Amino acid sequence: MTSYQSGPQQETTLQEAQLLEALRRGDEDAFSTVVDKYSGSLIRLAMTFVPSRAVAEEVVQETWLGVLEGLSRFEGRSSFKTWLFRILTNRAKTRGQRESRYEPYPSKTGSGDDSHEPAVDPSRFVKSGFWADHWASPPDAWDEHTPERILVSKEGRKQIDTAIQMLPEMQRHVMTLRDIEGLTSKETCNILDLSETNQRVLLHRARSRVRQELERYLRPNQRGA
Amino acid sequence: MGGKLTCKQLTEVVTDYLEGTLSFLDRFRFHMHLGMCISCRRYLRQMKYTIHTLGQLPSDPIPPNVREELLSRFRNWKRTTT
Repeated sequence: MTSYQSGPQQETTLQEAQLLEALRRGDEDAFSTVVDKYSGSLIRLAMTFVPSRAVAEEVVQETWLGVLEGLSRFEGRSSFKTWLFRILTNRAKTRGQRESRYEPYPSKTGSGDDSHEPAVDPSRFVKSGFWADHWASPPDAWDEHTPERILVSKEGRKQIDTAIQMLPEMQRHVMTLRDIEGLTSKETCNILDLSETNQRVLLHRARSRVRQELERYLRPNQRGA
Repeated sequence: MGGKLTCKQLTEVVTDYLEGTLSFLDRFRFHMHLGMCISCRRYLRQMKYTIHTLGQLPSDPIPPNVREELLSRFRNWKRTTT
């Protein structure tokens, strides 16, 4: 088993290296390129720490200024995106604490906020007998168009956005980095200062909950209609 | 996980499976169960589609005024460092 942070990190790519070089030279085109490329993601990540979009935008501004200050010290041992997200996370945490939404988590994360909550409602399984713990109310078949159907419908988008917002804070951070931004577990652990095991538990809870919410959306008969 | 995997157990290890952290034996049990259980195959597929959906969520672009302010700060930064 690899322990977290010991393996090779994804390093800065050549393209990124050229961009960084241009940034250090003070090339404004390079700066606007990275700002346009990453600011949307940064705002979204900041929103998982702070209470409003206005504050999130301020944090993103501070992050970019932090990037300019730190440019000369960045050695490219992680990808630029990981470095950027880490700067944002540190600033957003501080800011979130001040805005008192963000709760410091070290004691809580032992294994995740709600690690004993089942992935699936227990009433969906057979209670006893030979088929105990097998599906009583099995999941429906989703086809490959299901994600698209959810994403194009306003109601579907709302359902998934709400599901993410309702997650416990740490789960929201992990899900945003892993599933929405597509970072690796190593990068995510590095940004959030989590062990791989904790990260996985949080991810599991988050995915299980969001799946459940999407299922609820796709199964109108369970919405009390 | 001793013996055969139940459906309930499968839903609890599905992330470990997708993350590739199950032991060889547990992975084998997972596959054995999937081979026999259409409902769990559906569950796994739902999980994959959930992840896929999350990966497609678009982000809102940076508001133009924030962008402008950043670029002007960049020009300032450039002036003070070069």
